Amino acid sequence: MNDATTLDAAPFVSILFAGQDADTVGETSQMPECFHDLNLDQIVTAITTGKEDYRLAPFFYATARSLDEVAYRQEVMQDLERHELMAAIGVFASSMKALRDQLTQREKLHYRYERERWLIGAISLYGAAVERLVQDLHRERPRSRGLCAWMGYLTQYVRSDGFAQRLSAARSLIDALSAIRYGLHINGRAITVRACEGEVDASEAIEKTFAKFSQGVSKTYLAHFSRGPGLDHIDAQILERVALLQPEVFLELETFGQENEQFQDETVNRFDREIQFYVAYLNHIDRFRARYLPFCYPRLSDTDKEVASLESFDLALANRLIRDNARVICNDFSLSDVERLLVVSGPNQGGKTTFARMFGQMHWLAALGCAVPGKEANLFFFDRLLTHFEKEEDISNLRGKLKDDLVRIHHILDQATDRSIVIINEIFASTTLDDAMFLGKKIMSRLSQLDVIGVCVTFLTDLASYGDMTVSMTSTLDPKDPTIRTFKVERRLADGLAYALAIAEKYRVTYDWLVRRIGI
Amino acid sequence: MKAYLMHPAKNFDADQDLPGHEATLRKDLELDVLLKIMADDDDFVLDIARRVLLLCFTNDIETIRYRHDVLWDSLKHPDVVRQMYTLTVEAIEGRKRCYWSFSSDQPSSILHGSVEVLQLFVSVLQKMRVVADACIGQFGSRGLGNIFAMLRAEFSDDYLSGVQAHLKELKFRHGVLLSAQLGSGNEGTHFMLRRPKDRSHGLLKRVFGSPSPSYTFRLHERDMAGAQAVGQMRNRGINRVANALAQSMDHIMAFFQMLRTELAFYVGCLNLESRLEALGRPVTLPDVSDAGIGPRHFSDLYDPCLALSLGRDIVGNTLNTDKKHAVIITGANQGGKSSFLRSVGIAQLMMQSGMFVAAGTYAGALCNALYTHYKREEDATMKHGKLDEELGRLSDIAKEIAPDAMVLFNESFASTNEMEGAEIARQITTALLDRRIVVYFVTHLYTFAHGLMECGREDALFLRAERLDDGTRTFRLVEGAPLETSYGHDLYQEVFGKRAGT
Repeated sequence: MNDATTLDAAPFVSILFAGQDADTVGETSQMPECFHDLNLDQIVTAITTGKEDYRLAPFFYATARSLDEVAYRQEVMQDLERHELMAAIGVFASSMKALRDQLTQREKLHYRYERERWLIGAISLYGAAVERLVQDLHRERPRSRGLCAWMGYLTQYVRSDGFAQRLSAARSLIDALSAIRYGLHINGRAITVRACEGEVDASEAIEKTFAKFSQGVSKTYLAHFSRGPGLDHIDAQILERVALLQPEVFLELETFGQENEQFQDETVNRFDREIQFYVAYLNHIDRFRARYLPFCYPRLSDTDKEVASLESFDLALANRLIRDNARVICNDFSLSDVERLLVVSGPNQGGKTTFARMFGQMHWLAALGCAVPGKEANLFFFDRLLTHFEKEEDISNLRGKLKDDLVRIHHILDQATDRSIVIINEIFASTTLDDAMFLGKKIMSRLSQLDVIGVCVTFLTDLASYGDMTVSMTSTLDPKDPTIRTFKVERRLADGLAYALAIAEKYRVTYDWLVRRIGI
Repeated sequence: MKAYLMHPAKNFDADQDLPGHEATLRKDLELDVLLKIMADDDDFVLDIARRVLLLCFTNDIETIRYRHDVLWDSLKHPDVVRQMYTLTVEAIEGRKRCYWSFSSDQPSSILHGSVEVLQLFVSVLQKMRVVADACIGQFGSRGLGNIFAMLRAEFSDDYLSGVQAHLKELKFRHGVLLSAQLGSGNEGTHFMLRRPKDRSHGLLKRVFGSPSPSYTFRLHERDMAGAQAVGQMRNRGINRVANALAQSMDHIMAFFQMLRTELAFYVGCLNLESRLEALGRPVTLPDVSDAGIGPRHFSDLYDPCLALSLGRDIVGNTLNTDKKHAVIITGANQGGKSSFLRSVGIAQLMMQSGMFVAAGTYAGALCNALYTHYKREEDATMKHGKLDEELGRLSDIAKEIAPDAMVLFNESFASTNEMEGAEIARQITTALLDRRIVVYFVTHLYTFAHGLMECGREDALFLRAERLDDGTRTFRLVEGAPLETSYGHDLYQEVFGKRAGT
């Protein structure tokens, strides 16, 4: 039987970290250096907005610790792609959030019967949330190792004496209190509390008297009373007197409250937070899928450097484009055999930087265990993702800047191993062509020796044909109207002329045009 | 409770959209002059009169005759109609004076305000009932007769005094009695106002004389927060009752508003009739027939707007246009052509609204829409040439128009040369006629008018502004073939003096 096997499996610790050492994983609040260059910071902000309470960002700052952990996460995320499971987690999460809010509020309360009533409310809410999740999981039958283990854990927890008895006692107290009716007579400053004696509702008599004027639907004059949580001294005085009318119920409430202050389970709380990593990510990518932008679960390897993807896109840019109702352009890439570096050149504003970011983002997201933009992807499980993007700083001091560039590149090359990914965007743009060419080739040679994979965006078209390890890619223009950029980046030899010729064509100043126009 | 004065079986809907060319019609026919007199400084009457006149094209003959009956009653008993109208205003204004009670959403304030307004409403209803009692059998129209019968049936003294007693009870002389439950934080919730079971024993006795235990505490004199909290609890308790009462108030208010709307049109008619009578001009209830058939003739038809703005008796026209679908008017400037065109348009609106018409006698046929196409000042934005603009407006009309409509042209298509203008006018006019649309066309385009006459169409009538041999204009229109000059010469002489003309 399924339940039995899951119960026998290794005890559950974490839905994010696989293995018994999951307890020991630390969290960093330090954003990795590549995040800003790759706009991963924007992506994480977009994903986690509205879920600040869960402090999810640290989960995005550290990649999975092993390929097995990537698989562990991919399985969970794929499970949650099923609407029913996602909905079950959603219900659980909103109950848990309501619970936290209530407990925070309760801290501010000080009347005894009130605090105790809030406690039994919280216990009942918590109990219902956990029970519901167990039911939903059993019905939906998750397939991932992570969720199966969690289901096993939770099933046992719900059956434990502590949980079950506490919940049922809280429920019967709630029923008893809700059943109480009392009468209240307010006359000037005198307030009288007494039992209810079934007097008739006054509004019915009004409605009957004026029925002949009635004209169907009418504007409501009902006031909406929003009261902050918590009793004021009048409520409290009334409550004390209601307690006098119903002494047994209130005595029971007091006893129960004293014995059940602590009722939550640590592992449940940890799950509630960690599962939001998946929920937040999947929610975020829904908006892209709604525009028919594909996502896939990539195959990852830490040895095979043949990476490839089909119809991928920059997740940060796509988010902005969708907001502006603009079209998102997808791009492909592949490295095979000895190919290691994608060298991207071509017209400005043609999507080169976006392409470089996309390459980096996809690898990072894949290493987190997430689905990545694209129809299909084979990616590399890296040890470090190193980026160097042109900084838009003061370029008045060219020499200073060039030096700065070199220092940073050196730092990157120092850290890089044969398992690293390097992404370089427009370096040496501010030096002379000769200098840039010279330095560029030096760096290509270093990268080649290191055997890293990566992307290099450059205006130096010669770098594109550096050797077997480089693949030349160029941003392209619409052949019909060269002033329209397509934002497509394609595998093509960089000749440095395509753009200029196209513009000349448009203005009819090509050789052919000129001989025809000038005529004889 | 129903009160129908405008239609046999429904209320006048003042919220319907006016036709898109409402502003154009008002301007070209100078309806605002007429409306201002009908309103006599009552903006509400003005608004209703405007709507009735401009929404008149959907009325059938039955509706028009129904209104004739009510109007006839009103003309016989103007004081009763005006008194009823004044009573509706008294009630409505009374509600407005209490606006502050309803500007907060405090149930205590809403309840207090509702009780006050309802007490006024009950007194107005009582006065209306007294008016109704006094004129049993004097009103022949179904509309007014039914209203008076309804007032007498619904608002007996018994009913009205029962309401008064109920309102008094809601002033809570002995405090309020609420029921309540405990909410999710043990706070009081579901507060609900209760009527004490046995009122003969009195509320206080009921509370304290009850066998079950009761516990009382008192607010401290200076406990402002406590007083506010108790006030809030009381508000929660009376919330539903305040709502029910305020809704009842709204319903009765709606009744008064409905009655005011139904009466306003007739008050407007009374105002207009008394002013025209003072000028010595006649009005008549028209003889109405369906579109296309029946006679179209009138005597002493005049432009009430001109009469009212001049404040004196003016010349009317007597014509027989039976079976004529095109009336082409040519002749002297300032000879009464525009005024005649307006009198035709206004008479059509007044007739279809169920009003009297400004004429000695009048027989007319309904149309399903009335359009005006008047010469306009130069387009200030310079976006369009003048002929562009004119044809654009005609195209707008063409988007909506259907057979059995009526179009009044006033010096249209004069913005191009005579030949072109005439050809456009000819094509348009014959197209409209062939689509069974009635056309009145004031024009200086001799080529057009003359050409149409040459065709020998039986459904066309040609009128000329009358000019006596000595050059005097009578402001009357007479049948006659178009003449080639419009007597601009006369005007020139009149303005510049005799010497200039020689």
